[in-house]
Amino acid sequence: MKFAIQVNASPCQAQAGESAYQFIKAALDMGHAIVRVFFYYDGVYHGFGGCRPPQDAPRPSQRWAELAERHGVDLVLCISAAQRRGLLTAEEASSAGLPPVPAAAGFRIAGLGLWVAACLQADRVIVFRA
Amino acid sequence: MTKKFLFIMGSAPLSGVQVQETLDQILTTAAMDQAVSLLFLDDGVFQLVRDQQPLRAGRKDIALIYQALPIYDVEDLWVETESLQERGLAQADLTLTLRPISRAELGGFVAGHDVVVHC
Repeated sequence: MKFAIQVNASPCQAQAGESAYQFIKAALDMGHAIVRVFFYYDGVYHGFGGCRPPQDAPRPSQRWAELAERHGVDLVLCISAAQRRGLLTAEEASSAGLPPVPAAAGFRIAGLGLWVAACLQADRVIVFRA
Repeated sequence: MTKKFLFIMGSAPLSGVQVQETLDQILTTAAMDQAVSLLFLDDGVFQLVRDQQPLRAGRKDIALIYQALPIYDVEDLWVETESLQERGLAQADLTLTLRPISRAELGGFVAGHDVVVHC
């Protein structure tokens, strides 16, 4: 079965991202496919490249990067939600005269149209929210 | 390909930028020629109460976006009757005309859609 996943809450304030990650791992292990993971609302904070949790804490962004690398999962940060929260690509940063704030490894930045497209391709759509 | 999308509007109007971003999602979906329905539920019914002044609360006035929904062919709008009653509201307090649905009917109603996004 093909799943489209939306993650809607930040890693620091909610369990949504963790639940989504566990679900995706289990689904892949069982031979299902993940069309796309779309990070929206505060979910885009999963893809901020500068997050530095304390040494002894788990690093969720590393696990997302592994999902992208090992399983080819398409991790997309919504561009409008990301800009609103201060994630700036090199291009946007230079036009705003600010230093860039990069996305974490494994993530790409794109528009809401990709979310709708994922819904159309998927057999099931699951939203993980706060 | 067309699917039936249902957006469940369950957040109070001044929940940060939640409602604004939900409307972005709805308009994008509608612009991609999908069948879009909205259900106002729980505190989400407050989104449509008349005469709000969100600018005074530091938020964008999004009332005009609701008025623009028909331009995007988003015209299938529902409200849960109990959500209104529990908050002392009636249809006349709202800026849009919505089709009422009872709590008991919700399960079947939601099941009739392909994609359900609770916002």
